Amino acid sequence: MDIVIAQFSNTVTVILMVLGLYVVLARGNLIKKLIGLSIFQTSVYLLYVGPGKIIGGTAPIIAEGFDVYSNPLPHVLMLTAIVVGVATLALGLAITVRIHEAYGTIEEDEILKKDGDA
Amino acid sequence: MTLQHLPALQVVVPLLAAPLCALLRRPTLAWAWATLVSWAALVIAALILTQVLTTGPISYWIGNWQPPWGIEYRIDTISAFMLVLVTGIGAVVMPYARVSLAAELPADRLPWYYTMYLLCLAGLLGMTVTGDAFNVFVFMEIASLSSYVLIAMGPSRRALMAAYQYLILGTIGATFYIIGVGFLYLMTGTLNIADLAERLPLVENQRPIIVGLAFIAVGLSLKFALFPLHFWLPGAYAYAPSAAAAFMAATATKVAVYLLLRFFFTVFGEAYPLPDMAIPVIWIGLSVAGMILASVMAIYQDDVKRMLALSSVAQIGYITLGIGLDSEVGLTGSVVHLFNHGITKGALFLLVGGIALTTGTVTIASLSGIARRMPLTMAGIVIAGMSLIGIPGTAGFVSKWYLILGAIEEGWWWLAAVIVASSLLAVVYMGRILEAAYLRPAPPGQEAREMPLSMLIPAWILVIGCVWFGLDTDLTADIAGRAAHALLGRAP
Repeated sequence: MDIVIAQFSNTVTVILMVLGLYVVLARGNLIKKLIGLSIFQTSVYLLYVGPGKIIGGTAPIIAEGFDVYSNPLPHVLMLTAIVVGVATLALGLAITVRIHEAYGTIEEDEILKKDGDA
Repeated sequence: MTLQHLPALQVVVPLLAAPLCALLRRPTLAWAWATLVSWAALVIAALILTQVLTTGPISYWIGNWQPPWGIEYRIDTISAFMLVLVTGIGAVVMPYARVSLAAELPADRLPWYYTMYLLCLAGLLGMTVTGDAFNVFVFMEIASLSSYVLIAMGPSRRALMAAYQYLILGTIGATFYIIGVGFLYLMTGTLNIADLAERLPLVENQRPIIVGLAFIAVGLSLKFALFPLHFWLPGAYAYAPSAAAAFMAATATKVAVYLLLRFFFTVFGEAYPLPDMAIPVIWIGLSVAGMILASVMAIYQDDVKRMLALSSVAQIGYITLGIGLDSEVGLTGSVVHLFNHGITKGALFLLVGGIALTTGTVTIASLSGIARRMPLTMAGIVIAGMSLIGIPGTAGFVSKWYLILGAIEEGWWWLAAVIVASSLLAVVYMGRILEAAYLRPAPPGQEAREMPLSMLIPAWILVIGCVWFGLDTDLTADIAGRAAHALLGRAP
């Protein structure tokens, strides 16, 4: 049962990772691309936190009756990664707003057409 | 006392200076502050380099927590060398930036530009000094996020799309890196780079380690625009403000290459020597493809900044070629080319930025007859262009010489021929610029004048550097040789 649960977490990680990357590459809408990017980054949180959890383990606090602990470090690392992800998304959206102001559209092909690149 | 804390100060000074800079609402004040901090960073880097060269690698424990539990800043020869390159370029570009940016940006955005520049500097320096694989990611994102903003500030609206594309690809690159580090962490339980190197042999030949290495290599390659992962680079450098383009072209990609060296040689070097993993074949293949194809693409560009950016992709090929050679001579070539190409491309972007100031966009057509109006600028482009091509007596020659020696050492004469052929392609695209500037008549009514001295002097400092480091190779090649020696794991 433990193995199944561990594999479940890994399976979800891989699905999110590939899904996110696919959306980034396949969509021409700048906001949809950012959504894909966020999904892609989210898969990494699971990649770290999933294996850090030990079934039946508690928070690493010394107390009587508990001697199995989950690894706290991945959680701390992912806290940082979440902050980075939020900052990236915010900046991406801000740039998208500016693009909309400058071009009047957020579709990649229309923007390239307006600049005469396509 | 203070000397002992130099590694921390190297990062903390620009990092704390950045928010202060945002509070100084006056453009001139913000500029003066950012310039002061850049020069202070250069002094710190120089002190660190002398310390490393005399007493060996420095290990600094953040908050006095013992590694591998705490974060360790670890500075050896190559990282000290990179610190000097990054801070040196920053210190030279800042005096240039004031006039150049005032012409390109509205006044109320200038303090934000300097804030972002300081953050970018702090991020790049942090990536270089830290000895912790996850800490690298944090600094990488600080540097990247601020550089997206720097690019988005470019004067044309195309800068916005360029910044957006760089944001998408840069974030994918950084996320690939962090996935790779995640695999290594799962298998070894440590994030400290020195500790990783020790523990990897214990989990030798397990698939997650190989997968982790692959993710790290691809992620970093996206960051330094290894051909064919370079699509973000030409737009980003072409449409960014001139000062930002010069700073990033000379430093950002170089620091990513440095990280790759770190992982290939320091972390994996002992457990997984490169030749065992067929990496040299892939690496040399991509490098050669980049050197030739990106140079050919550069020839067909009309926008001079795009041309220089594509030439950067080709030059990155030279650097990765030395990594693929996996010999001390080849690696020396790589490390010295990191430095030499940094100053050469920095000089070219500064000089072209000066032309942009007077003519607006810089296309081959707009360069017609410009040599008569801006003789000093064009003379600088000639010399830096010679260094880009690799003419003897310039910095570019020194690095190509080592790479050719490395190729011949392996008995690969064809590779030496490819290096020369790629240099000839550089002659063609630099030749297009020079032909337009020197031989074509100037269009009537053109009012181009020499750029102000505050821009010309910094640009010429780098131009003189191109010649200086071509004639006096003691400093660069000697340090690069020691760095290569240490990376390959033979006692320094």
